[in-house]
Amino acid sequence: MKHVALMGLGLLLVGTVSGCDNATARGTGADKLVITGSSTVAPLVADMAKRFEQAHPGVRVDVQSGGSSRGIADARKGLAHVGMVSRSLKDDESDLYSFTIAIDGVCMIVHASNPIGSLTSRQVVEVYTGEITNWRQLGGPDRPITVVHKAQGRSTLELFLEHFSIHNERVKPSVVIGDNQQGIKTVSGNPYAIGYVSVGSAEYEATHGTPIKLLPMNGVEATVASVAAGSFPLCRQLNLVTPEPSSGLTQRFVDFAQSLAMHDLIAEHSFVPIVHE
Amino acid sequence: MSDKVLAWALRACGIVSGAVVLLIMFFLMQESLPALQRLGLARFFTDASWHPAADASQGRFNITAMVSGTLLTTAGAVLLAAPLGVVSAVFSHYYAPPRVARVHRRLIELLAGIPSVVYGFWGLVSLVPLLNALHPPGQSLLAGIVVLAIMILPTVALLSDAALANVPRSYLDGAAALGLTRWRTVWGVALPAARSGLFTGVLLATARAVGETMAVLMVCGNVVRLPGSVFDPVRTLTANIALEMAYAMGDHRSALFVSGLTLMGLVVLLVAAAGVFSRERVYA
Repeated sequence: MKHVALMGLGLLLVGTVSGCDNATARGTGADKLVITGSSTVAPLVADMAKRFEQAHPGVRVDVQSGGSSRGIADARKGLAHVGMVSRSLKDDESDLYSFTIAIDGVCMIVHASNPIGSLTSRQVVEVYTGEITNWRQLGGPDRPITVVHKAQGRSTLELFLEHFSIHNERVKPSVVIGDNQQGIKTVSGNPYAIGYVSVGSAEYEATHGTPIKLLPMNGVEATVASVAAGSFPLCRQLNLVTPEPSSGLTQRFVDFAQSLAMHDLIAEHSFVPIVHE
Repeated sequence: MSDKVLAWALRACGIVSGAVVLLIMFFLMQESLPALQRLGLARFFTDASWHPAADASQGRFNITAMVSGTLLTTAGAVLLAAPLGVVSAVFSHYYAPPRVARVHRRLIELLAGIPSVVYGFWGLVSLVPLLNALHPPGQSLLAGIVVLAIMILPTVALLSDAALANVPRSYLDGAAALGLTRWRTVWGVALPAARSGLFTGVLLATARAVGETMAVLMVCGNVVRLPGSVFDPVRTLTANIALEMAYAMGDHRSALFVSGLTLMGLVVLLVAAAGVFSRERVYA
C-alpha cells in the first residue's frame, strides 16, 4: 500500500516535470510574449518590455537572458517568441528573421592609471596569447599583465576572437569573467589589468567615475559616437530574431522596439540607436 | 480518525521531501547521460583540456582541474575556519563574560546571514586588490580560500556552540569537583564530549564550501588550470556551471551536468561521512 502511494506520487512529480519540458511558448496564449537570449541585449529589452506592457494592458512580456546562442536556439525551437542576438546572423541561421534594434561596440579597457594610451591589434593579440606578459614590453611599468577574458559562449568573446582572429584555445587568460559588469569591476580594481567589454557599458561606467580607460582601436576613439558613425572597427548589431515573418503581438513588439520612442532607452543603456526609414 | 489523517499527512510530507532529493539526482543523471554515453567517463579525466563544444567530437572535456579547484578551495577554507570556529565557540562558552558571549553569538549569527554575493563583492573590491599588490592577478586560490573560510566560519562556530551547550552539566561539575583548571576542563572534558557535534559542524561547513558558487566565482579568477601556487587562479566545479550553463548547448550542456553530478557525489560522500562519525562517537 505504502509502495503504491510512493510510486503514484513519484509518477505525478515526474509527470509534472516532463510536462514543463513539453510546453512551448507558442502554446501559452496570445497575450504573453517570451523573449530570451543575449545578456547584452536583455537589460535593454527588459526596459522596452516594461513600456510595452504599460502601453498594452493585459500583455505580459517575459525577458530572460542566457546568451545569443540560446536566443537563436529558443527562437528556432519555439521556446521563445523572440530571440535576442548580439551579432548579425550567421549564414546557417538564415532561417530566422532578424530586426536590428541598436548597435554596440566592443573595446579594450585598462585601469585609468595605466600610462598606455593605445595598443595595436598585433599587441592585443600578443597580450592575449601570452607572448607579451609584462607592461614593460609595451612601454609601461614593470608589472605583469592581468589578462581578463570572458567565459565560453559569450557573444562579446566571439566578437573579440573573430575580430582579432585568435583561436580561443590560444588565449592565456589570468582571469575569466562572466558579464560586462564583472569585467569592468575586475579591471577597475586592478591597475595592471586589461579586458574587453561593450563600449556602451564601458563609456557609461567611465563617465560615472569608475577608474577605467577605453583604448582607441586602429586610431578610432572608443566612444558611443564613433560606433554610431560606423567608424569604430569592432562593433556589432543587436538584433531581435523571430522564427517566422512576425505577426500579431510579436510584430507589434518588434515594431515597438524599432520605433523612435525607444531611442532614449537605447541611449540610456549606452547603445547606439539606428534610424529606420 | 484524526490520528490516521495526521499519520498520512506526515507520511506525505516525508515522501515529498525525500522524493525531491531523489528527483534531483534522477534529473542530474538523466541530463548527464548523453555526455556520458557520447564521451565516456574516461574522457572527463584524460582529455587534454577543458574546451567544450556543443558537439562531443569537437570539444575537450577534462574536468580534473575544476575538481581539484573545488577540493583545494574547500580544504583550505576548512583548515582555516574549523580551528577558528571551534575556538570562538569555546571562547563564548567558557571564557567570555555572559554579556560579551551574547553579543559575540549575535555577531556570528549575523555573519551567517550575509548573502554570499556580498562576500564575493567584498572579496573583489578589498581582498583581491590587496593580493594583487602582493602577487598579481589577485584573483586566486588564496582569495577563494579566505572568502570561503569567512563564509563557513559561522557554520562551524554556531554548530560547535550548540555541541558545547549539549555537554552534560554533570561532566563539568565533575571536572570542577576534581579541581581541574578551566583549560583542562575544556581540553580534557568538554571538547572530547562534544566531538561528534564538532565534527558534524565541520562536515556541514565543508559541504557548504563545496557548494558555494557566487563568491568563489567573483574572486577565484576562473581560469581552468591546475594552480602552481596559492596565487594562481582556479575554477571550481560550481563556478564552471554558473559561468557556462547559460550559454551551453548539446554535449557541452550535458557535460556541465556531469560536473554537477560530480559535485553531488562529493556532497553525498561528505554527508555519509558525517552520518558515520556522528553515530560512532555519540556516546564516546
